[in-house]
Amino acid sequence: MEATPSPTPPITHLPRIGSPAPEFEAPTTHGVLKLEDYRGSWLILFSHPADFTPVCTTEFIGFAQLYPELKKRNVELLGLSIDSIYAHIAWVRNIEQNFSVTIPFPVIADLNKEVATAYGMIMPGESKTEASRCVFVIDPEGIVRAMIYYPLTTGRNMDEVLRLVDALQTTDKHKVATPANWKPGDKVIVPPPTTQEMAEERLSAKNGFECTDWYFCKKEL
Amino acid sequence: MPCVNADGTVTESGRAMLLGLKDAATAEALARATGLPLFRVRSGLREMARAGLVVELEGAYRVTERGQVLVKT
Repeated sequence: MEATPSPTPPITHLPRIGSPAPEFEAPTTHGVLKLEDYRGSWLILFSHPADFTPVCTTEFIGFAQLYPELKKRNVELLGLSIDSIYAHIAWVRNIEQNFSVTIPFPVIADLNKEVATAYGMIMPGESKTEASRCVFVIDPEGIVRAMIYYPLTTGRNMDEVLRLVDALQTTDKHKVATPANWKPGDKVIVPPPTTQEMAEERLSAKNGFECTDWYFCKKEL
Repeated sequence: MPCVNADGTVTESGRAMLLGLKDAATAEALARATGLPLFRVRSGLREMARAGLVVELEGAYRVTERGQVLVKT
């Protein structure tokens, strides 16, 4: 009798920007961790397709090298793949031996796909057994603030991950938006006026803004 | 387990947390005192509470007699 392939778990809901991140309690290389353990810190939860694969190895090295900068910004890293704890431990040790890079962050062993399913990390059109390269930026209150999805074949850009964190934290601190290709030190976008009166005031006021038009103003921080 | 071994003894980080609880009662204070990340401290305290090594009351932790015995050994 032929074995029936186990179906991909149904997706009940997906995280949304601005909504609470799905709770989890999961085994990791640093013990059992819950989402609530990260309350008060920013968290980057990221998935990778599989241990002992080359693109993932380059990404893990990249995330490890990024970690000190993230820590300065009160950001923790948490990896995930549909592999066992033992595979994670062996891979982390292998990276240290072959590349002299210590992986300082925990990695979820999501063998039952529970966390990957809750976060929509599995793209069945691409693979039913591996998580895609997803990044969830979760703020200290447990709210999803940004999501990035990359396919299996494309390694992520660590500079962009850091830039995204900087942009989100700048927005929170200064109540501004950040333009395309913004980097720390660049001018930021002043939120546009929401009434006609405010629009007229925006153009007439000497507020130090650099305005191209009533809706398009920048300022230095 | 990050703090409690299968034989009931504590790991290095578990021991550091039990020792740190002499001067720091909350997870936040313990993280500062030990230099461990706050998420590790929260997870470790939860595990040690299940093992009966610490007890928690309104966010403050103290080491039980059993925990004190383990720290001394």
